[in-house]
Formats: sequence, structure tokens, C-alpha cells
Amino acid sequence: MKSNNKITSPLNADVSRRGFLGGTAALGVAAASTSALMGKKAYAAKKGGHLRAGIAHGSTTDSLDPATYENGFSLALDYTLFNHLGEVDHTGTVKPELAESWEASPDAKTWSFKLRQGVEFHNGKSLEASDVIASIEYHMGEGTKSAAKSLLKQVKSMKADGKNEVVIELEAGNADFPYVISDYHIAIKPAKDGKIDPTEGIGTGPYSLENYEPGVRLMANKNKNYFKSDRAHFDQVELITIIDLAARQNALTTGEIDMMDRADLKTVHLLKRQKGINVMETVGYKHYTMPMRTDTAPFDNNDLRLALKYSLDREELVKKILRGHGVVGNDHPISPTNQYHAEGLAQRMYDPDKAKFHFKKAGLEGTTIQLSAADAAFPGAVDAAVLYKEHAAKAGIDIEVVREPNDGYWSNVWMKKGWSACYWGGRPTEDWMFTTAYAAGADWNDTFWNHDRFNELLLAARAELDSDKRRTMYYEMQEIVSNDGGVVVPMFANYVFAASDKILPSEQMAGNWELDGSKFTERWSFA
Amino acid sequence: MSQILKMVAQRFALGFLTLFIVSLIIFLGIELLPGDIAEEILGQSATPETVAAFRKELGLDVPAHIRYFDWLWGMLNGDMGRSLANKREISELIGLRFGNTLFLAVTAAAISVPLALTLGVLAALYRHSFYDRAVNVVTLSSISFPEFFVAYILIFLLSVTFPIFPSIANISDATPFWEKLYKVLLPALTLTLVVVAHMMRMTRAAIINLLASPYIEMANLKGLSRARVIVKHALPNALAPIINVVVINLAYLIVGVVVVEVVFVYPGLGQLMVDSVSKRDLPVVQASAMIFAGTYVLLNLLADILSILTNPRLLHPR
Repeated sequence: MKSNNKITSPLNADVSRRGFLGGTAALGVAAASTSALMGKKAYAAKKGGHLRAGIAHGSTTDSLDPATYENGFSLALDYTLFNHLGEVDHTGTVKPELAESWEASPDAKTWSFKLRQGVEFHNGKSLEASDVIASIEYHMGEGTKSAAKSLLKQVKSMKADGKNEVVIELEAGNADFPYVISDYHIAIKPAKDGKIDPTEGIGTGPYSLENYEPGVRLMANKNKNYFKSDRAHFDQVELITIIDLAARQNALTTGEIDMMDRADLKTVHLLKRQKGINVMETVGYKHYTMPMRTDTAPFDNNDLRLALKYSLDREELVKKILRGHGVVGNDHPISPTNQYHAEGLAQRMYDPDKAKFHFKKAGLEGTTIQLSAADAAFPGAVDAAVLYKEHAAKAGIDIEVVREPNDGYWSNVWMKKGWSACYWGGRPTEDWMFTTAYAAGADWNDTFWNHDRFNELLLAARAELDSDKRRTMYYEMQEIVSNDGGVVVPMFANYVFAASDKILPSEQMAGNWELDGSKFTERWSFA
Repeated sequence: MSQILKMVAQRFALGFLTLFIVSLIIFLGIELLPGDIAEEILGQSATPETVAAFRKELGLDVPAHIRYFDWLWGMLNGDMGRSLANKREISELIGLRFGNTLFLAVTAAAISVPLALTLGVLAALYRHSFYDRAVNVVTLSSISFPEFFVAYILIFLLSVTFPIFPSIANISDATPFWEKLYKVLLPALTLTLVVVAHMMRMTRAAIINLLASPYIEMANLKGLSRARVIVKHALPNALAPIINVVVINLAYLIVGVVVVEVVFVYPGLGQLMVDSVSKRDLPVVQASAMIFAGTYVLLNLLADILSILTNPRLLHPR
């Protein structure tokens, strides 16, 4: 399997090939198809069997309510029981799922979604436009607690055009709206009197709920009426919460489970040596960041920001924190997997001299810069901060690492302290990522950044349907964020997971979430 | 006998006071932790509006003391309330988990208590022999290792190297009894290794302590065998301290096994409580804490009653 891998350096990594990456590359990334990796001649999914998947997340406090889906277990649950209007495929493009097709007006303001006909919910009800509208409405309005609320603020009105068409009008044009409306929170559930019941498990998905014990397991049986005939191969799927890493890997190696997410990066080389285990890796959008509050001193000074950006050895972080399972970042949030990733943009290198120059120009010599970190931000965040301190010391910059408690990190540290560690699961589109965390006034603009040209381009690119024009605009925006933004993006982390060789993953895996876009129950099968 | 009843009544009254104080401490403790359930569940994706909406939905916008007394009133009326996180009835949520915890504790106790007593009596019988030293060294070593280490070693030996037992105790309420027993055997063995030393050493020490008494000397002078002297004459008088240690260990098997639950992915009460604390799901934490505290209170009471019953001098005081 090694012969199929093409190893490239992390700096000019050939990661424009999306999706599946072989796991043997030490530092770089390598592309190989599943069938080549597994030494199979033809790809043939087998029907039937009982899948047991060990998932590193899941808490007793989880629920079926899509408004609060947030961890790996709820994602897998979501994609096992429910469908969405669209799904992201292995190329990172959104394809119609419950919608049969969609169309935008030329200004990208009005979108009409034609629904697939003959789709049935698990309780036998047929899918209609009213179900879709109620499912979306649940995440909108004053009283909602949904994490998708800010995404749907742009929706001006929704109406059903007959039983099989939903027309959504937006406040302003958005060429990426099909991605937004396919967000995992917006699961389509059956409506009753114009409302969905958020806590019941009835959907249109590949499996129907048998039993859900939050924090323990989910059992689901094959949906015999599933509208995708070439998907959902298992008879029954069982998702088991196994938070302890050693327990998860033991369970996989002793055959108690068939697959698992989140392999331990420290011991993954040992796991690979096990017979009958395949370790897999995908490049996604997940990145680790260190946002600075550009609205407060000293981070309102771009020379300081540049000084800090130049004083980090990103390659060492990828090597030591990610153990090579990732690629270096370039101080903007757009992943190499994204469609309009700026490949021509020069990689920011570790340069103590330049750092020293900018630090001096900022007039801050002799001051100490505090960096707040906790492992809640991302695994290894504290270690990364300490490495950062060492790198910056060579440029004469004194960073003080402030170790924060994991509890309450997101409410008390992130976006509160001047400079902190953070992670982003990433978004499948440039617009979504920028709108969420970089647009002026956005709820999660964690750098409190406001750049006129950037904001102008963001609006223009969003409504632009011409791909080439959008590319030019997004390139410029990435450059602006990299050179002026308040964020240090040291690296993009790969998803590393494993399965027994009895499992046959998709030929090409999606990278939008871990485990084939978290749609493994639908897309994988027994070999 | 009436004295026992009086003591039981007293203990129950004190027990209720203890539970009340525990509930107050837990409530205040959780209130003092940074963040609340709305912030913890929404995590990074929280915005002020969604957090406010969530709080309102859960009734967290009410002042803390009112929430506490609401909860207390419900509890006194036998209503544990609902989980804030997923709206499930706590009695149902906890019932299942507590059943699992008890099942594991009983299995572990059924192995460890007879084993510890037998080993202890034998150790007293063959005091200072090679056997005595060996059993001391082995049990003391196993108690000295952290639980997760013992667990990993057992997994390594009994499910990876020699695949006899499953490495995770993946059970549900639909699992048949014998299969359940087979699946929890490895965690139960881990717990056995952790608790046996304490009980065994106490049995040995309590018996040896009595061996210097005049009545034992008398028994020896009558020419009874050593085994008979120990089992018939010494053991009954040594029961009180042994019962106390056994009961403390039983309480530990119920309330202190969260690490073992995590390693073996066992859906017990400990994991539920840890999850609920980290998400600040107060009613669930309170209910679990009440069960744990209640377990201690009841088992201690049981130990005292048994100690009295096994001691004629306490049972019939002059």
C-alpha cells in the first residue's frame, strides 16, 4: 500500500485532491483510493450485517434535539436517522439529497428547492414542503436555542409552492445557500400542525431509531423504504460511546467493535501494525487557531500581529502536536480542501528577523504578551502555546502562556481574553467560514476584526454566481486575512480513524467531517 | 432489641440531615462552577441570544435559591424532576444506570467478599508462613496500583493476549443474564483486585488480635485443632471490625467505580454523574449524589446493626 502513496512536503502539499488520504505518510499527505489501499480489485458493497462503531464522543446529557447537536456522536446520529436538503460529497460539493434539484434567481436571492417525490418518513408519512419549512423554522426566530440560528438570519421568507417545492427568499444574495441549508443541524423531521417535535427520532434517514441511550449507545435498523437504493448497506447499526482512547483501541483490536473515530496520534503507528486493522486519514476543514482581539491593545497594532505570525514555527507544531497528521496553516481559515483555497499565496514562514523588525516597529519591545490556552481549545493547545513561547523567544518576543481551566473555556476565555487558543471544525465554503468568524459584527468574529475591503468583497463574492470571479475575490480575501487579520492559524488537523478490514469504506471519502463526512452508516458496508 | 430500633430511628434522622446538607453543598458547588448548562451544551457555538433562550426554556433565569427549594420540594414528594439536558425523567434515567452499578457491585462483592474472608482466615491460621507472606504481597500490590492500570493489565492478559473475556462491557437492559455476567466479569475482577486486600488484612488482623486472649488459650489447652479454634472461637468475636470493613468496601464498589466504568465502557451511575457535572445538569447531579450519599448512610447503618447483632454483649447490655 505504500507504493500508492505520493509523499509531498507539507508546505506545497498536493492536497487539492480532496477526500481520501493514505495513512502512511509521515509528514506530508498522500492520496490513494480505498480500493488500492485495501488491495481489492473491484469495489463491491455487501448488504447486511450489524455494524458496531466506537465513537469518542457522546454524553449522558445529549439528546435527539437537532438544535443542540455539537459532538461527533450527535453528528453520526444525525446522519444515521435523518436527511437534509443537500449532502456534501467527497469532492466537497453539495449535492441534492431530499431536494431533487434547486435553482437560484440571477441575483442569488431567491432559491427554490424541488423536493424528491416518494420519500417517506420512518412512520410512513410522505415528505412534503410543509415538513421542510417546519424543520427550518425550528432553528429560526426569537425563542430558539439552535446553533444554526445565525446561519438562518439571512432568510427573509419561506413558502411552499405546492406540495413539492419550497421557495426561500434571502435578505441578500448568497451563491452558497444550498451548503448553508444542508447544515447538519437542519435535519428534516415530520411536521405536525406546522411544528416539528424536536425530541423524537423520526426522520427519512437510512436507519430508523430502535433505541437511544444518551452517552451509551444508539441502535438503529435499516430503513427498508430508503430512497437511495445504493446506500445503507447494514441491517443494523450500533453506535457506542467509548470516550477512553485505550478502551476504544482495545475494543477495535479485540473485535468488540468494527470501526472507531479519533485514533490516538501518539500510538497510531502501533495500531497500523495490527493485523486486520486499516488506519485511514482525511484532510478536512478542521483547523486550530489563536485569535487575537484586534479591538484591544496591544493587538490592535498590525505590526504586533505580524510579529507574532512570523515568530511561530508552524512545521514544528505539525510535527509535534499533530505528529505529522495535518498540514501547516497560512494564517487564514481556508483549508486546502476548500474549493477556492489560495494556492498561490506564499506560505508564511518562521522568520525571527522579520518578527523582530515588526515587533520593534510596533514599539512594544520589552513587553510581555499573554497567550491563554487550555486543552479544551484543541488537544495539545497548552503544549502548542509553550512551543510558541520558545519560538518567539528567538525573536526577542516574550510570550507568557496562561493556562486556563477547561471548564467554561468557551464562555470565559475565548473571545474574552486578548489572545487565546481556539479550534474551528471549519466550513465547506469560503463564504460560510468568513461570514461566521471574520465578517464585521458576526457573533463569532473572535478577532473582533473589521476590514472594509474584506467586508466589501465578502458581500460581492457571496452574491456572485460566476466561479472565476469568485475565485479572484476569495484569493484576495485570504491574502487580506493572512496579512492583516487577527488570527494565527498554525495548522489544519487531519481526521485519523480506523476500521477492521471486514469494513469496506467508500471508494472516495468526504472530508467535511470525520468518518467520511460522518455518513459512514449510510456509505460504508461490510467487505 | 428496642435499643436497636431506637438506634435505627436516630440514624435515619441523622441520615436525612446528612442528605440535606449534601444536597446543599452539591447545589452550591455546581452553582460556583464557571458556566451553566446552556453555555456548556452550546459550547463554542453559543451566542448571547441562544444562551438566553436556552436558559429561559430550562427555567434557569429564576434565582438560585428558588430553584433549590423547588427541587427540594419535588424531592420530598418523591419527584426527582427531569434532566435539564434532555428532558428525560431522572428516575427512569438513573434507575437503569443504578441497576447496572448494583449489578457490577454485587458481582464484584460475590467474588471478593468470600475470597477475602477465606484468604484472611487462612492467613491467620498459617501466620508467618510462606503462604501468609505471599498472599499479603499479592493483595497489597494489587491495591497499590491505580484501578485503571489493573484494568488495562487484565484487558491485556485476558482479552488481548488470551481472548477469554471481551475488552468492553457493552451491555444493555436487553442483554440476557448469563451474557451480562460474562461481560461484567472482567470489570468485576478488576474491582476484586482493588478491594480484596483491605478486607483480607482486616480479617487476618482481627483474628490474630484475639488469638492472645485467655479464652483462646483455654481452647488451645482443651486440645482443639487450630482450625476449629479460629473458625469457631475467634472468628465470631472478630466479626464486628470485619463487617465494618466489608461494608465500607461495598459502599466503595457502588460509589467509587467511575474509573472502571470508563475503562470498560460500562453504563453505570458514576459516568452519568461525571457527564452531568461537566454539563452542569444540576437535577441529575443532585439525584445521583443523593443516591451515593444514601448508599453510604444505609450501609453504615447496616454495619452497625450487624455488629450489634453479632456481639451478645452489645445486644444484651446490662
